[in-house]
Amino acid sequence: MAHQVSSAHNAHGHHDPSNVTNPEHVEHHLVTPMMYLAVYGILMLGTALTVGAAFLPLGDFNAVTAIAIAVTKAVFVVLFFMHVKYSSRLTKLTVASGFFTFLILVALSLSDYISRAWGQW
Amino acid sequence: MANDATTSMHSEVVAPHDVHEHPWYQRHHFETAEQQREAASFGMWLFLLTEIMFFGGLFMAYLLYRNWYYDAFVSGSNTLSLFLGTLNTVVLITSSFTMACGVWAAETRKKGMLLLFLGITLFLGFVFLGIKGIEYKEKFDLNHVPGAHFDISEFVNPPAHSHEKPLPVDMANRTQIYFSLYFAMTGIHALHMIIGIGILFVLLYKAWQGVYTTGYVQPIENFGLYWHLVDIVWIFLFPLLYLINRH
Repeated sequence: MAHQVSSAHNAHGHHDPSNVTNPEHVEHHLVTPMMYLAVYGILMLGTALTVGAAFLPLGDFNAVTAIAIAVTKAVFVVLFFMHVKYSSRLTKLTVASGFFTFLILVALSLSDYISRAWGQW
Repeated sequence: MANDATTSMHSEVVAPHDVHEHPWYQRHHFETAEQQREAASFGMWLFLLTEIMFFGGLFMAYLLYRNWYYDAFVSGSNTLSLFLGTLNTVVLITSSFTMACGVWAAETRKKGMLLLFLGITLFLGFVFLGIKGIEYKEKFDLNHVPGAHFDISEFVNPPAHSHEKPLPVDMANRTQIYFSLYFAMTGIHALHMIIGIGILFVLLYKAWQGVYTTGYVQPIENFGLYWHLVDIVWIFLFPLLYLINRH
């Protein structure tokens, strides 16, 4: 019995790739420079749009437009330049939880400030 | 059974290094190179999450003070050069593009291309910092740096040719909060660029040695993630600091 266990280890070697059952075992995807170039074009377009939109008299919607364009650009960078579109669920969940935690930071802090002493600063 | 376990553990310990094939860069505690790559990428993302929260605190402070002292933020923002800010945005996004291409070159094992793309990324990093330096110098020359020498006269009495509305003295003093956040946020961003440039020199040297064109892509890929995150931070800083109210 002991001998069998030992020889099984020798046959497989020190490492046993078939032993890897973790879900992050994803196929590796190669993003091509043409894809990067397309994303780069979108980012340049977004930069031009955000500068142009700043000159339009949109009132409060100037800030909304600027942030919406910035978020769109950031999503393209995260998905393609940072390969998250082609990453494992573990990576996707990690990235999403990071940005979600940031939104909690902003939402809870601002709701606290808004609900106290508004207009008395 | 206890004997089995002992033998099994023992055979683990004495297994020689050359009992199986694996790439030279694979560490012994990983079952496969792919698992190692996934672990490295996961670890890098965890670090980037701390970076998001680190910059997040500054963004939070910015949002609050911008709501409170909106007029001061508009006047402060409009003293920045829109041309230089836009140019730097283009420079940084271009460097992110060349860095992404560098990861592709490493994956396809093209050493010359990898050196070229890392070199361009490094160069654009220096261009960004140079332009930032020009902008900082102008702020020092105009006494728009928060502190004892801060000059509010431009905000209280805007020059005749400008479209800015004059601010009361107390609101004009609040522009120091805008400039404090401007220097803190762009300064920490620039610090990340400087650290990135330092790492890029090391990566360039090792890439020149051929380390990263043998299938060992992790360091290039992880540095790419870092560089792109610095790019994302700037994608938000640019409209928030330069484009508050330009009309």
